[in-house]
Amino acid sequence: MTEKLHINALENEAIYIFREVAAQFEKPVLLFSGGKDSITLVRLAQKAFFPAKIPFPLMHIDTGHNFPETIEFRDRLVEELGVELIVRNVQDSIDQGKVKEESGRYSSRNMLQTTTLLDAIEEFKFDACIGGARRDEEKARAKERIFSVRDDFGQWDEKNQRPELFDMLNGQIELGQNVRVFPISNWTELDVWTYIERENLEIPSIYFAHKRETFLRDGLIWTASEHVYRDEDEEVEERWVRFRTVGDMSCTAAVDSYATTISQVVAEIRDSSISERGARIDDKRSEAAMEKRKQQGYF
Amino acid sequence: MEVLKIATAGSVDDGKSTLIGRLLYDTKSLTSDKLEAIERSSKQKGYDYLDFSLATDGLVAEREQGITIDVAHIYFSTATKSYIIADTPGHVEYTRNMVTGASTSQAAIILIDARHGVIEQTYRHFFINNLLRIKDVIVAINKMDLVDFSEDRYNEIKADFQKLVDKSDYEDQNITFIPVSALKGDNVVTKSNAMQWFKGQTLLEHLEKLDTIDIYNRGRVRFPVQYVIRPKTEEYHDFRGYAGKVYGGEIKVGDEVIVLPSETKSRVKEIYFYDKRFETAARRSSCTITLEDNVNVSRGDMIVKVDELPKVQKQFTATISWMDVKNLTAGSKYVLQHGVNKVLAKVSTINHKIETDFSGIKSDITSLGMNDIASVSFQLNKPIFFDSFKEHRTNGAFILIDPQTNNTAGAGFIE
Repeated sequence: MTEKLHINALENEAIYIFREVAAQFEKPVLLFSGGKDSITLVRLAQKAFFPAKIPFPLMHIDTGHNFPETIEFRDRLVEELGVELIVRNVQDSIDQGKVKEESGRYSSRNMLQTTTLLDAIEEFKFDACIGGARRDEEKARAKERIFSVRDDFGQWDEKNQRPELFDMLNGQIELGQNVRVFPISNWTELDVWTYIERENLEIPSIYFAHKRETFLRDGLIWTASEHVYRDEDEEVEERWVRFRTVGDMSCTAAVDSYATTISQVVAEIRDSSISERGARIDDKRSEAAMEKRKQQGYF
Repeated sequence: MEVLKIATAGSVDDGKSTLIGRLLYDTKSLTSDKLEAIERSSKQKGYDYLDFSLATDGLVAEREQGITIDVAHIYFSTATKSYIIADTPGHVEYTRNMVTGASTSQAAIILIDARHGVIEQTYRHFFINNLLRIKDVIVAINKMDLVDFSEDRYNEIKADFQKLVDKSDYEDQNITFIPVSALKGDNVVTKSNAMQWFKGQTLLEHLEKLDTIDIYNRGRVRFPVQYVIRPKTEEYHDFRGYAGKVYGGEIKVGDEVIVLPSETKSRVKEIYFYDKRFETAARRSSCTITLEDNVNVSRGDMIVKVDELPKVQKQFTATISWMDVKNLTAGSKYVLQHGVNKVLAKVSTINHKIETDFSGIKSDITSLGMNDIASVSFQLNKPIFFDSFKEHRTNGAFILIDPQTNNTAGAGFIE
């Protein structure tokens, strides 16, 4: 009961932010990855505008290396909501020669998403992109504003951010600029899971424990797949695992788990001593990995 | 579980990040991978202790210079409370960040380096907490290990700080002094063995007992309309819902209300939260209400109770905290955002600058630069519906937006 008060406060704040987006911008879009954070965003958006439908489309930047379970889930949810889904593919950006596929042991399409995202923003003239980033995830994200202005090149100028006072959100921008909006900025990973449990939200099956072909590298559990580079001496074995974040197969490591229900997952997170992004291979590249990606326009 | 938001302020080297790191470490809020990163980096730098400041200093520039340059948000929780720390930088050029961090906080921690005592920065930090009407201020006298945990030194600093408190006009403020060593962990979470003379609570003990209800949001109900919901579906054909957040008190079905600026009277018919209907909308809840009568309401309008009218004026005077590189001058025009309402504002006069070191006011000022605080009078193109900041912490505040750059150029607190 007492825990709900805390979640209610976060929910009220997020709903307020969604309504500000709808009121202040002409062409908002909700960036949807099929992960738990964007699923939470969708529920909050439903609550913000009920009994009207969510007044903006969802957009997925598909790397082509997503877990198939996530894509199936995405399509089902969109149909239920009756909202428009826009999909733009990293493969197209590669085919157009705008980005080059990485190669080698740590190759991933995660970085390549940025170009596809920025192109899509320009194509549809989106002026606000709503994302599920949270300040507790990573040090550079801890400095992010709720309304975060990006220039014509989609870049983040972290030293020159607008101050945000009280509840007042300033969404005034020039033509060509856009704003990244983070309604669940103040949520922690545990808050998101507690909310998913409370709202009884459906989530992709890979968040629950399942048997999977995996291999070990650098102390992390990697998925054995045609999309993930593997040395010959890296032995594949079947393990009971689940995922804490749903990124690309090439940048998301699994964790050992037998948690097959939401309440078991919540209990596991509560006792966990590893942070969520500890299983993100992309963050391990360097201490400033996220900040660099954000400056370039990444989420 | 309750949420407590705390603003921290301190000067460049008085160990603020270390204090926060210590809080996280001693409450077991640091995950093993973060802890490993701290150990690795501390070893690399050749420190013989853990450099907790690495847990919070996020940006590359900060790591290079070893200072904090923007507001960072840090989260941790105990069995009784969920904490959000708005870590704001202490140096003079970043007053704007301190005002920003304090604007959403209910408590503040002011850090003092026990070797240096009360310095000009301390004045500024305390001043800003007063300006923003922060109810609970904790003065953490840090680095006690470097002054031999001396009770005399502690008392000396406390007496110096008390002189500032005497100059303050904010009588209901609670001020608590705690001698700590963030580096060694004394009186942060666990009681200090080296300072047996201190009989008060540790920092965390104090925070755990604080009342988290933001008293300035109690009182008169203010419902600024954010968005009008008109589904135009068969089931909700004639539905006109007013979406917004409830400030100050509660709204109940049947309440007699008045819509501003049209001054139309009506009653609250329904209160929706998502697909459920409720009799009451609680303080700070984001709900949707409908009215008995078909009145014309749009974004920026305000719904209040008939016997609790705010001031409705086109002129007022406010204390301004200036945050922009471009100066504010008499005659300059801005977009004034008061809650979700936007109007055009012109600076009539700059009355006087307020010195943040409690030394008084300076008249004959022609412009305001970044980090200045001053009394300014405004003329608006349309009236706004406000209370004084001292009476209503949300309905008495506004921001000024530069129409050329769209930047948030300043914050105002209506007198």
